[in-house]
Amino acid sequence: MSAQAWTYLIVALSFALYLYIAYRSRAGSTKEFYVSGGGVKPIHNGMATAADWMSAASFMGMAGIISFQGRDGGVYLMGWTGGYVLLALLLAPYLRKFGKFTVPDFVGDRYYSQTARIVAVLCAIMVSFTYVAGQMRGVGIVFSRFLEVDINTGVIIGTGIVFVYAVLGGMKGITYTQVAQYCVLIFAYMVPAIFIAIMLTGNPIPQLGLGAATKEGGTYVLDLLDTLSTDLGFHAYTQGVKPVVDVAAITCALMVGTAGLPHVIVRFYTVPNVSGARMSAFWALLFIAILYTTAPAVAAFARTNLLNTVDNATYSEMPAWFTTWEETGLLTFDDKNGDGKIQYYNDKNTDPAFQTEVAAKGWAGNELTIDRDIIVLANPEIAQLPNWVIGLVAAGCLAAALSTAAGLLLVISTAFAHDLVKRCIKPDISEKGELMWARVAAGAAVVVAAYFGINPPGFVAQVVAFAFGLAAASFFPAILMGIFQKKMNREGAISGMIVGIIFTAVYISYFKFIVPEKNNPEHWLFGISPEGIGTIGMLINFAVAQIVARFTPEPPAEVQEEVEHIRVPRQLAR
Amino acid sequence: MATPENRRAHWRANLRLLSTLLILWAFVSFGCGIFFADALDQIRIGGFKLGFWMGQQGSIYVFVGIIAYYVWRMNKLDRQYDVHED
Repeated sequence: MSAQAWTYLIVALSFALYLYIAYRSRAGSTKEFYVSGGGVKPIHNGMATAADWMSAASFMGMAGIISFQGRDGGVYLMGWTGGYVLLALLLAPYLRKFGKFTVPDFVGDRYYSQTARIVAVLCAIMVSFTYVAGQMRGVGIVFSRFLEVDINTGVIIGTGIVFVYAVLGGMKGITYTQVAQYCVLIFAYMVPAIFIAIMLTGNPIPQLGLGAATKEGGTYVLDLLDTLSTDLGFHAYTQGVKPVVDVAAITCALMVGTAGLPHVIVRFYTVPNVSGARMSAFWALLFIAILYTTAPAVAAFARTNLLNTVDNATYSEMPAWFTTWEETGLLTFDDKNGDGKIQYYNDKNTDPAFQTEVAAKGWAGNELTIDRDIIVLANPEIAQLPNWVIGLVAAGCLAAALSTAAGLLLVISTAFAHDLVKRCIKPDISEKGELMWARVAAGAAVVVAAYFGINPPGFVAQVVAFAFGLAAASFFPAILMGIFQKKMNREGAISGMIVGIIFTAVYISYFKFIVPEKNNPEHWLFGISPEGIGTIGMLINFAVAQIVARFTPEPPAEVQEEVEHIRVPRQLAR
Repeated sequence: MATPENRRAHWRANLRLLSTLLILWAFVSFGCGIFFADALDQIRIGGFKLGFWMGQQGSIYVFVGIIAYYVWRMNKLDRQYDVHED
């Protein structure tokens, strides 16, 4: 069977499975719609959280970035997993004990303020829309590449599927669909990784294969990669080139941002009790770690295969995958010196010895441009794996994108129906009415997301820094102080959130949109890039909150008592 | 009974556990993976340089271990101070 046929078959089967599960677990009440009834087993919630969290960016983007950055790519690995430690230790158990439906619920009630609630609603909606636009675009790209439909048709198919299970099933439908999606995506990620690990090193476990010796030649994979990279004028793969301060700031912003992302936090409301919330954070990180420890292996193997395949190879003899990806425009070859061979090297390297060497060989500049996102998708073809693996990877990527999109859409719809309509505008609304609003909001959010997928704002790739920076500078400090500092009051929390967000948003916009030509270490504050500035935004939030809280009245006695209550697992008599 | 004294003692024990684990968390990620990575790279284990490995895989294994220990330890503390869920 052709790769095309396999892809149709596997994608169709996996979609049928998701829809069937969504139909079986559709929501009947607001509690089921918002938090799946609150009775999800920790291990299931862990899988659902993992699928929710691992987006198209984790599945197809991350290994690609690491492949090109080497050691500096570690910021994503440590940042996106380290956040779960903060989540598990500092937030999840207490938020579960607090036991409402959403993050704005916590912020609004803890800080006894509708203003705080509305600020939180706006942040949740902004963060989620930023994120969802990227997911829908990812869905469109995968469809267009593997099913050979155009990107817009792809986005519409994806939207239809998400519409059915997010609008019909709410959190309950999403939870069990995400369990299935986790299984699909992790299987799809591991199969090619294991194949390639065996082919390259003879070790079937990719995590270990990364440190093993190659079958041909017997040098260690990473040493070989260092040599290949430096020979072509790139930096050594295992060497970091970014300034250490910036690396630490980005890692920190990603960690804190992860812990503050509303679609991840709400998942901890769906388990039965506090110890369930702790346990499900453990399962979530374990399931995520399977993919995240494989990614650096995939990145290194792909890089090795790529450098070996294209290095000074004759263009007319390139394997089939090369031309397939050329057609998508994500890989381009430009024969600058007209010798019919591919020269792929770092032509920006200014080292004089390297320049002389290049000139002696008659190379006239780098001739190959590769989009980082194709590394994972093209991997099975580069390694000449069977056709069914190609179909599997497509299905895995769709599972990753759709599960995240669904989780985000739910945050948007609950923020709207529950936090705005029910808690702010019309408190006497019936449960049926609220459920109806939630479905309408989910439906509307899907349509807006599809619009962004079809007409992506040019800045989609850049705004990911926004989502993390905003979550880091707003939610995380507010929630943390709400739990650990009994005396933190409304005035402190609100001013902290507002100042933190504004600082972060202004800094990122300034360098990304207003003066992008100045976006380099020379102009950055303390040498911290826009990606890492959320760390400073968070510190400013903390500082402002402490100062303001000192000069304003402390919170009412019942709020302080409530904080006492969320610190212990058992329900206390009141 | 979950007396107020018990609750306070439980909270103090909780904070002690949290600070220990968070120091470990910062040490393996920011310490081993970033600040001391170059120094650790002098140590080799098989094909891995230690600093590189900590940044790409090692810290993640430690993170999983930290949460596992936290879950186990907190469940014990909950019982010890009689504040566990029924």
